[in-house]
Amino acid sequence: MNKARHNPLNTAAMHGALILYTLIALFPVFVILINSFKSRRAIFREPLALPSADSFSLVGYETVMKQGDFFLYFQNSMIVTVASLFFVLLFGAMAAYALSEYRFKGNLVMGLYLALGIMIPIRIGTVAILEMMVATGLVNTLWALILVYTAQGLPLAVFILSEFMRQVSDDLKNAGRIDGLSEYTIFFRLVLPLVRPAMATVAVFNMIPIWNDLWFPLILAPAEETKTLTLGSQVFIGQFVTDWNAVLSALSMAILPVLVLYVIFSRQLIRGITSGAVK
Amino acid sequence: MNRPRFRWHIVVFLAPAVLVYTAVMIFPLFNTLRLALYTEVDQSRVFVGLQNFQTLFFDPIWSEQFWNALGNNFWFFLIHMLVQNPIGIALAALLSHPRLRFAALYRSAIFIPTILSFVIVGFAWKLILSPIWGIAPSMLDAIGLKSLFAPWLGKEEYALTTLALISVWQFVGIPMMLIYAALLTIPEEILEAGEIDGITGAAAFWKIKLPLILPSIGIISILTFVGNFNAFDLIYAAQGALAGPDFSTDILGTFMYRTFFGFQLQLGDPHMGSAIAGAMFAIILVGVCIYLFGIQTRMRRYQL
Repeated sequence: MNKARHNPLNTAAMHGALILYTLIALFPVFVILINSFKSRRAIFREPLALPSADSFSLVGYETVMKQGDFFLYFQNSMIVTVASLFFVLLFGAMAAYALSEYRFKGNLVMGLYLALGIMIPIRIGTVAILEMMVATGLVNTLWALILVYTAQGLPLAVFILSEFMRQVSDDLKNAGRIDGLSEYTIFFRLVLPLVRPAMATVAVFNMIPIWNDLWFPLILAPAEETKTLTLGSQVFIGQFVTDWNAVLSALSMAILPVLVLYVIFSRQLIRGITSGAVK
Repeated sequence: MNRPRFRWHIVVFLAPAVLVYTAVMIFPLFNTLRLALYTEVDQSRVFVGLQNFQTLFFDPIWSEQFWNALGNNFWFFLIHMLVQNPIGIALAALLSHPRLRFAALYRSAIFIPTILSFVIVGFAWKLILSPIWGIAPSMLDAIGLKSLFAPWLGKEEYALTTLALISVWQFVGIPMMLIYAALLTIPEEILEAGEIDGITGAAAFWKIKLPLILPSIGIISILTFVGNFNAFDLIYAAQGALAGPDFSTDILGTFMYRTFFGFQLQLGDPHMGSAIAGAMFAIILVGVCIYLFGIQTRMRRYQL
């Protein structure tokens, strides 16, 4: 092979740079996690030491469990994220199929109309969204969030999924038509299973911003029983700002579910980005 | 001749997406722009035309805050363009090196901050930079630079830059991934052809790879622009709605939130809030148009 591009000194320098940046990226997360398991004294005396038998303490987690309703927040986040993803994928795939499969008047215009939302952030319309949710009585319900996130996720979902649906073979669909399948059966039984990888990519893309959003939970659903994990931890930390054990534990509890999800889905996510789904 | 049967299934397929998208996104967007033209007098809505915008841009009480937020927002964007995107490109260039070991591991680890919420990122850095806890000063002490430490988030002159750098730390994974993907599509033959002509290493990056990934850099720039002019969460999580100290970290998102909901003694004003949203919409629209018509169409694309 070509030697010019692989000399050992260069390789060492490259690993050095990457390791340095990896440390920068992981250091804050690491510091928060290890200190959440320490006693208050140890947190201040030796912030960078790992918890030892002597300094180990779960007092922060106890406070969080007693004072905050983190299981409820977690459940709310879960419901909102899963339901929004379900609607984004179902409605997005249906619209993408209509746009990529059939030729009809206004096809192009409809495609452009749906694509508008890729670049324009939905937050600009917040004032009117809140007014609408108040008028329909949806304010402080999880439905308000699910609707907003569904609308927010649809443009990109339609765009990505219709690219993929164009690649599904016409012969397969026509064979289905000759066998007398309805258009709905063709879509649900033949096409959807074939674009499953693209649907997974769309799901992973949408999952992180929905789970992490602070703006809409803060404005549309700030009530105690509809708080999401992101808003719940923000409010909790704001109230317990001087109780370092509790703050560090609350942060760790917010980090852990996302980390677990990331470990499960990171391959899908990275494959999705690098396969050029967002070109 | 009878007309072809109306294909109802197309309507059924399109309807749910179009209805939700129109009702929850497009309609409120235009309704917000419409609300910006009204004001409230004695609990009833009165049409005032462009008066809210006039207040926003020229009334000293409002305009001072508005221009401050806009200026801060540009600075926030500039730091992202000058720090986040070059670091992202550099990391991607390193990662895309053929036969680099552990590339997948580095990639996954560097992407972790991007998946965390602003609340976690904001508070985590607040704690680390806190002079009370002392992690940042003692680490600087270890390399003999303790004199450089200042309570960065609490000082007017540093706070905004510090927050922008925190945001860079969080989002560097996105340009890294997109550029990485673009670099992978460059065929090996082109690089080998360059090698025969004596172009290797850094020269190959500047002369061959960089021109080929320019379209991706364009996409990253516009994504950064839209994301930054729409930012809110990090500043709110770290500094609160008042974007302290003394509004030095106020950007359009926090300014709009404060105006819309009110804070402390000031009452919330949905109409002025809409006017600010209208200004944000205009800025984002101008940015997107410059990209679509000014940059994207002129960029040279190479057939690979």
